[in-house]
Amino acid sequence: MAHSFPEEVLEHVFSFIDSDKDRNAVSLVCKSWYEIERWCRRKIFIGNCYAVTPRIMIRRFPELRSVSLKGKPHFADFDLVPEGWGGYVDPWVSAMGRAYPLLEELRLKRMVVSDDTLEMVSKSFKNFKVLVLSSCEGFTTDGLASIAANCRNLRELDLRESDVEDLGGNWLSCFPESCTSLVSLNISCLGSEWSLRNLSALERLVGRSPNLRRLRMNRAVPLDKLANLLRRAPYLVELGTGAFSSELHPDVFSNLSGAFSGCKELRALSGFWDVVPAYLPAVYTICSGLTSLNLSYAAVQSSDLVKLITQCQNLQRLWVLDYIEDSGLEALAESCKNLQELRVFPSDPFAAEPNVTLTEQGLVAVSEGCPKLESVLYFCRQFTNDALFTIAKNRPSLTRFRLCIIEPRTPDYITLEPLDAGFGAIVQNCKELRRLSLSGLLTDRVFEHIGTHAKKLEMLSIAFAGDGDLGLHHVLSGCESLRKLEIRDCPFGDKALLANAAKLETMRSLWMSSCSVSFEACKLLGQKMPRLNVEVIDERGPPDSRPESCPVNTVYIYRSIAGPRLDMPAFVWTMDEELALRLS
Amino acid sequence: MSTRGVEAEIITELRLGLPGNSSSGEKNEKKKKRVFDEMVNDEGNSSCSGNERKNENTEKMNKAQVVGWPPVCSYRKKLIQRDNTMYVKISMDGAPFLRKIDLGNHKGYPELALAFEKLFDCHGIREALKDADNSEYIPIYEDKDGDWMLVGDVPWE
Repeated sequence: MAHSFPEEVLEHVFSFIDSDKDRNAVSLVCKSWYEIERWCRRKIFIGNCYAVTPRIMIRRFPELRSVSLKGKPHFADFDLVPEGWGGYVDPWVSAMGRAYPLLEELRLKRMVVSDDTLEMVSKSFKNFKVLVLSSCEGFTTDGLASIAANCRNLRELDLRESDVEDLGGNWLSCFPESCTSLVSLNISCLGSEWSLRNLSALERLVGRSPNLRRLRMNRAVPLDKLANLLRRAPYLVELGTGAFSSELHPDVFSNLSGAFSGCKELRALSGFWDVVPAYLPAVYTICSGLTSLNLSYAAVQSSDLVKLITQCQNLQRLWVLDYIEDSGLEALAESCKNLQELRVFPSDPFAAEPNVTLTEQGLVAVSEGCPKLESVLYFCRQFTNDALFTIAKNRPSLTRFRLCIIEPRTPDYITLEPLDAGFGAIVQNCKELRRLSLSGLLTDRVFEHIGTHAKKLEMLSIAFAGDGDLGLHHVLSGCESLRKLEIRDCPFGDKALLANAAKLETMRSLWMSSCSVSFEACKLLGQKMPRLNVEVIDERGPPDSRPESCPVNTVYIYRSIAGPRLDMPAFVWTMDEELALRLS
Repeated sequence: MSTRGVEAEIITELRLGLPGNSSSGEKNEKKKKRVFDEMVNDEGNSSCSGNERKNENTEKMNKAQVVGWPPVCSYRKKLIQRDNTMYVKISMDGAPFLRKIDLGNHKGYPELALAFEKLFDCHGIREALKDADNSEYIPIYEDKDGDWMLVGDVPWE
């Protein structure tokens, strides 16, 4: 059958196939389809940069235009991965610089990027268009200057949540006057003090970018500059403001309000650092068009938040601090019937006593009032099984549910029982659940529920839960779609891990820190499973300086066709015997 | 499949070796469990002192200080801290690690001096502050312009 179509026809057909899964399926049909597909694949996503090497990627896909890479494990966001662990993008960029001169897009998450790497990117790829650095680190504003200066056709520069060292200077002026191609600029993670030269460079850049649709600024951009910027970019679809505070002045307010009403295409708002509530009404004119609102940096009382939110009837996504309180969430549930995603962050997570009235009631109200709700991230201090039953019953369509009860091992505050049954109801009713984070007092029973019902679950995060190996066994043996499992401070040991060794090859990765996995078990797993990289992270010194039965601090296990990595720091040990022998 | 059935399966099948390896068995399991219990419960007798200390400490520590909990991104944490606290880095010559303290937690120079003494296990700063004329040393600091200033001149607020 394959021979009845010339290659060009097949290639043309394949060009309509975008999803990675479908492309992978296509490549498995037969040898000639594999060959045709690999030459015309333009985009690749590598979820773990250590699962494969640049050489293997280049050998199979010689004509890529877009590469996405992820480095450190998710728990790195919470400081659980020590500095120097790895995730360096430099070897990738070096190899791609030679192999993919036509590369257009590079998207990195949790990787270490140096200024030299950025300079290499800016000089190796003549047609470079998109750079997204999500939660990356290791570079400074000098690196950004190279990108600005050398990437003639840059469309997107997005530094979301990266840790950038600000060396002063004014890298924004490095964008040549001839650069007019910008569509998206996100510098919200940059410092909060900027020279006037940087500010005026930003104004000029915005002024000469007619295609600019997404602009997220940093705290340093003062409110009185915002109106001018908006007037230069009236077609903005997404805006992240700078500081939203200023001395109250009617002129500033009316100027700002006027500028906002000129931006009729605005659909997403964020920023609002240091917000002065009296200025919030300046955005009222565009509220009805908003689909996304990120107020998670706005330390503002519930009543002010409610006045704003109740004007946004088309809101689909809301990120907010717990200042919104239960009352504010009830108002949200009344007004925003299109809400799909809610994230409530803690304003003071380390306070001993709650500083706001945000309880399970708020989330229950939203689950009752918002029929399209599918994604939840909720930090609070108390919960009940009943509330979880209600949420599960109201919203069987939930796909992502992350509940963080701030104090570990907190039981149902009314019955004092574990929250096993409540989370059990969630996994039983929400059959499309793909992501789940647990908290509160939990025994092995909750894992039994999860293993039995959570068949579509892809990512599970567990902390301070369970009684023993049985819990982990339920999850590993029952969750058929599991790709990422991250566990901390649970009494899970060797038995479940070793009994489910084969399962680990079907997953992207498993992280276990402060659990009871022994060094002996890690070694055994590493020896028996050559396609798994078993890495022990332990800052107490070599694991063999302690008895083998001693639990390791952290074990990070991931499937890989690249073999053990060679860039490990002193506190990471691979369980690959051959490598250990070679290096000794 | 009933829970009991699965449980029974696990007890017989899970062991320290992979399927096929029959040398390790019940004995190893029990031994391993005991060692872990020892580490958690036993104060003095421990073969893994580092870990045991950590378990003890985790219990004793103020819960707010558990690393990485609650799971708020370090990016977001920095912003919360910015608003609520004033952390500064302190280094002492000869000490291997730098320390950080929250200036907002202290109400005056003498308290700050006490905190320094506690952190670096040294003495004399407080006395020098109190009784400047009689002491051998005077506490001074370098301000953001690079000048050396006498501690206490600038009001605490």
